[in-house]
Amino acid sequence: MDLINHLMLGFGVALHPINLLYALIGSLIGTLIGVLPGIGPVATIAMLLPTTYALPPVSALIMLAGIYYGAQYGGSTTSILLNMPGETSSVVTCLDGHQMALQGHAGAALATAALGSFFAGTVATILVAAVATPLSEIALKFGPAEYFSLMVLGLIGAVVLASGSLVKAIAMIVTGLLLGIVGTDVNSGTQRFAFGVPELSDGIGVVGVAMGLFGFAEIITNLESTEKRVLVTNKVKGLWITMEQFKAAWPAVLRGTGLGSVLGILPGGGAMLSSFASYAVEKKLAKDPSRFGKGAIEGVAGPESANNAGAQTSFIPLLTLGIPENAVMAMMVGAMTIHNIQPGPQVMTSNPGLFWGLIASMWVGNFMLVVLNLPMIGMWVKLLTVPYRILYPAILLFCAIGVYTINNTNIDIVITAFFGFVGVLFMKLGCEPAPLLLGFVLGPMMEENLRRAMLLSRGDPTTFLTRPISAAMLAAAVLLILVIALPNIRKKREEAFAEEAAI
Amino acid sequence: MAPIRNPKDFWAGLLFVGLGIFALILGSNYTLGTAARMGPGYFPRILGLLLILLGAIIVLNGLRGRGEGIPPYKWRPLLVVLGSVVLFGFIVAKLGVAISTVILIVTASAASHEFRPREAVMSGVLLAALAVGVFIVGLSLQLPIWPDFS
Repeated sequence: MDLINHLMLGFGVALHPINLLYALIGSLIGTLIGVLPGIGPVATIAMLLPTTYALPPVSALIMLAGIYYGAQYGGSTTSILLNMPGETSSVVTCLDGHQMALQGHAGAALATAALGSFFAGTVATILVAAVATPLSEIALKFGPAEYFSLMVLGLIGAVVLASGSLVKAIAMIVTGLLLGIVGTDVNSGTQRFAFGVPELSDGIGVVGVAMGLFGFAEIITNLESTEKRVLVTNKVKGLWITMEQFKAAWPAVLRGTGLGSVLGILPGGGAMLSSFASYAVEKKLAKDPSRFGKGAIEGVAGPESANNAGAQTSFIPLLTLGIPENAVMAMMVGAMTIHNIQPGPQVMTSNPGLFWGLIASMWVGNFMLVVLNLPMIGMWVKLLTVPYRILYPAILLFCAIGVYTINNTNIDIVITAFFGFVGVLFMKLGCEPAPLLLGFVLGPMMEENLRRAMLLSRGDPTTFLTRPISAAMLAAAVLLILVIALPNIRKKREEAFAEEAAI
Repeated sequence: MAPIRNPKDFWAGLLFVGLGIFALILGSNYTLGTAARMGPGYFPRILGLLLILLGAIIVLNGLRGRGEGIPPYKWRPLLVVLGSVVLFGFIVAKLGVAISTVILIVTASAASHEFRPREAVMSGVLLAALAVGVFIVGLSLQLPIWPDFS
């Protein structure tokens, strides 16, 4: 069996002591930022990217991936204990998780979340390994026209499933694409949009853009609100689940895992969407929906399994097609590029140790999270008693050192600060930053494939429509936009997002 | 002129139109090439035009729809946070990580309405020790710890 051989190879790499250490560090940092509100995985990965220069690529990627799924675990902890989601993907966990905690079942809720996540993580790891080979083989047959259309579909899909105004999100993508072409044009050597700044001739660094838009802007907006955070710390005792709770929870875990795995693969999917969808499904399927919001264990088990499954399967398009589908995956593209790995279907054949090692490390990391985190919950909760006024300058310090050491020049810090300003402006104007980051990362690849496709077709743009796979993908993209633009569905979608916002 | 019913959309749209025009003007210096052999100016022009079109749609939405106003800017957090980080970038090579960290922490802390100077200095000293330990000793990044007077 190929699958088993591949996984054996992967575990051989992932279980190497050095890589185990980095998986552990990544998972712990992930849990930490998952617990802390105000800093998410995108900003954290941006912050740590420069420090991974010296590491072997596989160790670096293992650590950065650990941050993403570690954050899912951390986010659920604060949702349950403090009714305060550390990450957007665990917002729904607050609803029933915190109610369970108030009723004295905090331990059961935490254990359900952790074990559900672990189960989902295991299934998702196997799924990633199973579909990786066939998908990569298909992707290797793609020509530039197919790739261009695939990127269009990926970008459109990413904004359709995200919240907010569709046109604004598309405009943000185009802005990102424009930012992505800053620097030297590879074909002609022309400096584009570099304003004579020599440091810009290599393009704008992904670290600065991401950290400014996600890290700095977030801190600044948090500081604008003068509300004080109220901390309620209650003791957690008895991490065990009763048989009755187990019986109620396991079908929800299965459904959440399935739903999360599928939604994770779709462009724009990932942890957040999966958890919302799973909560809605559990509520629909329940015999007595009125229990939800009052401590229903399914409301914790489903979404927590779903967000972990979604977090992991969102690696599939990245690893097999080289297309990031959410902002965290865009950062992973940045990480691979820094280590001179061109993301795409060829990674599996050219770098099998890295590819399968990364996949296997996800399971290893999940295992560590279950074993280590449950006993450490008390410590994480203590961290939350550190007031924000002390916390945010420390976050800024790590950001500043991280950015500075990219090239040991202050130009990167100035660029990051600029994007921090831009990020605040966009937030005020109701524009989501994630599509911009996706466009930014895909910009150069998109232009390159457009050029190649047009060169092959001798300047005939119908090549995108006459090649069947390309045409199908473009049709799907148009269909997605039309579906959203239809008044009926548009109303439904707005209602759904309004519900989300109300939560 | 119609009243601006949705200021968020209206101004966001104008911003995108402006960016699009900016890209077109700057991009007009780059060779266009042909569709088959695209020059460096081809893709930026497409994007610029697309951005103007999308921006215009958003502006129109801003005139038609109904929406909340733009939340006001608060200058203190914005300027202090960004300023302290940029300052750090300019002094770290000369003053070293230890002193620069204390300066960054104290100045950045002033962005909060709950600023407490003594607490900020203490936190700065602790973090300076941590930063030196993690980044210079641990990750061996090439940064001076103390000021270099030579």
